[in-house]
Amino acid sequence: METSILSVCYLIGSVCFIIGLKMLSHPETARRGNQVSATGMGISILGTLLLYRTDNGQHLHNYGWIAGSLVIGAVVGTRAARRVKMTAMPELVSIFNGMGGLCAALISTLEFGRLAGGETVLHLLIILAGALIGSISFAGSMIAYGKLSGKMKDLTFPGQQVTNLVVPALILLLSVGLLCGISVTPAILFYILLALSLCYGVLFVLPIGGADMPVVISLLNSLTGVATAFGGFLYNNQVMLTGGILVGSACAILTLLMCKAMNRSLKNVLIGSFGGTKAAALPGTQGTYKEVSISDAAMVLGYAHKVMIVPGYGLAVAQAQHTCHELEKLLSDKGVEVKYAIHPVAGRMPGHMNVLLAEANVSYDDLLETEQSNEQFPTTDVVLILGANDVVNPAAENDPSSPIYGMPILEVGKAKMVIVNKRSMRPGYAGIDNQLFFQPNTSMLFGDAKGVLQQLINQIKAL
Amino acid sequence: MEAILNFIQGHLEMFYIVILSVFLGVEVISRVPSVLHTPLMSGANAIHGVIIIGSIIAMGSVKPDDYLALVLGFIAVIVGTLNVVGGFVVTDRMLEMFKPRKGVAGKDEVPKSKPLNK
Repeated sequence: METSILSVCYLIGSVCFIIGLKMLSHPETARRGNQVSATGMGISILGTLLLYRTDNGQHLHNYGWIAGSLVIGAVVGTRAARRVKMTAMPELVSIFNGMGGLCAALISTLEFGRLAGGETVLHLLIILAGALIGSISFAGSMIAYGKLSGKMKDLTFPGQQVTNLVVPALILLLSVGLLCGISVTPAILFYILLALSLCYGVLFVLPIGGADMPVVISLLNSLTGVATAFGGFLYNNQVMLTGGILVGSACAILTLLMCKAMNRSLKNVLIGSFGGTKAAALPGTQGTYKEVSISDAAMVLGYAHKVMIVPGYGLAVAQAQHTCHELEKLLSDKGVEVKYAIHPVAGRMPGHMNVLLAEANVSYDDLLETEQSNEQFPTTDVVLILGANDVVNPAAENDPSSPIYGMPILEVGKAKMVIVNKRSMRPGYAGIDNQLFFQPNTSMLFGDAKGVLQQLINQIKAL
Repeated sequence: MEAILNFIQGHLEMFYIVILSVFLGVEVISRVPSVLHTPLMSGANAIHGVIIIGSIIAMGSVKPDDYLALVLGFIAVIVGTLNVVGGFVVTDRMLEMFKPRKGVAGKDEVPKSKPLNK
């Protein structure tokens, strides 16, 4: 009886995940979708706690320990998620993903320790797969976190690509060895494998540039999903299987979608081609740029008919989304038509800009996607670029040797005037110079996005 | 070979789940607007936190005097809970921001800007 109720709980949980994920992919239903999946998760967890019976018909033990860890996890998780600044969200997602991977790896380690001998090779394979994939995902997510939060720089060393091929090959070889029972001490081999996959997680993410982190996180997300699915096989648990595979495949597709938005192949991202082409691309561009003063910029903006704002990473770092909205309101009140041109990969993660601007109450209708924006640029008086770089780099259109060649960009050059706010002339994430800055209708406005916007607001008010 | 066949035979239902779920995941995601990529990634991240069920089962099956296993399980349940709870809360926070304007779009103080005469 109890087991059948538990099965029904798992069934409800699985259906909730599917419906929730489906709802998450539409803006109107997204929030409810998230709540639906959370409900499904709650039902599955509660069902497991109350109704689960082990193979020999016993209830679960150690309720005290379980309750304690649940409470600790819930409190810490909620606090972290509530307190994090919206600009730091991608890092947090990465950490949470890493936690899932760690959980999978720990479960496998536990189950490996409880092996009595005499299990089938497949049972061992499932445990091993969960452990390896989980630890790769954990280590990789932690590195991704370090990079996104700026605590860690891209690191390349000679022979990196070879190492990145040798380590997984070694893992594969040793795994086969473990499964075939070659080693006399399987436990030691198992821990060596764990250590190797942790190393591989680090090595795998280390050379990948910060701009590609979203793709990597999505990929690691997918990996954790697969690790979860192996857990489902291990415990013969349908909801873990459905949830894991669903996330595994959904995030794999999401990874490809993100790559497509940046017009790069997954292979390209993973091998880290940016590192190789950086040196060649840098000396290519020389020229003079002109600066514009705050008051001139304020004048131009205040008397324009139509202004397009192109927000980017710089806006996110300066946390200037509220100030930006203030400027937009001020200009709108003066009768200027203001729109935002949002490139799919602007900010730190696809869609990150939309979330940030939504936080500042910018109207959803004023956010234009790349294609709509490009239709409107020719009739735009002033384009104000706030800390965006690669997404407006014309090299993507006219320089086949550029690493970003072929990426759809915002064609801001078609507007009458372009004002670029940057902190310095340093190149963006992709490490390449931007010809846009040297074009005759472009003016540079150096400074921190928030400070510059505030000064612009003051000046426009004084007009 | 026979072991593999037996395994598939014994877990036939699970293999069906895997195959169908793969297609379902692909189908559900393929037409998502780029606006939702970040929340979706975060939401999916919370869903794979279902691994916590595995950790609860593992923890609950450990002998109460096996302290190493207890500690491992304890950590596993904590990090699993972090993944689930943190994941859902942070996704909700992201999506919360999309919502107010959708609900009360008319009342929002942002005027629908039109190029007025100056």
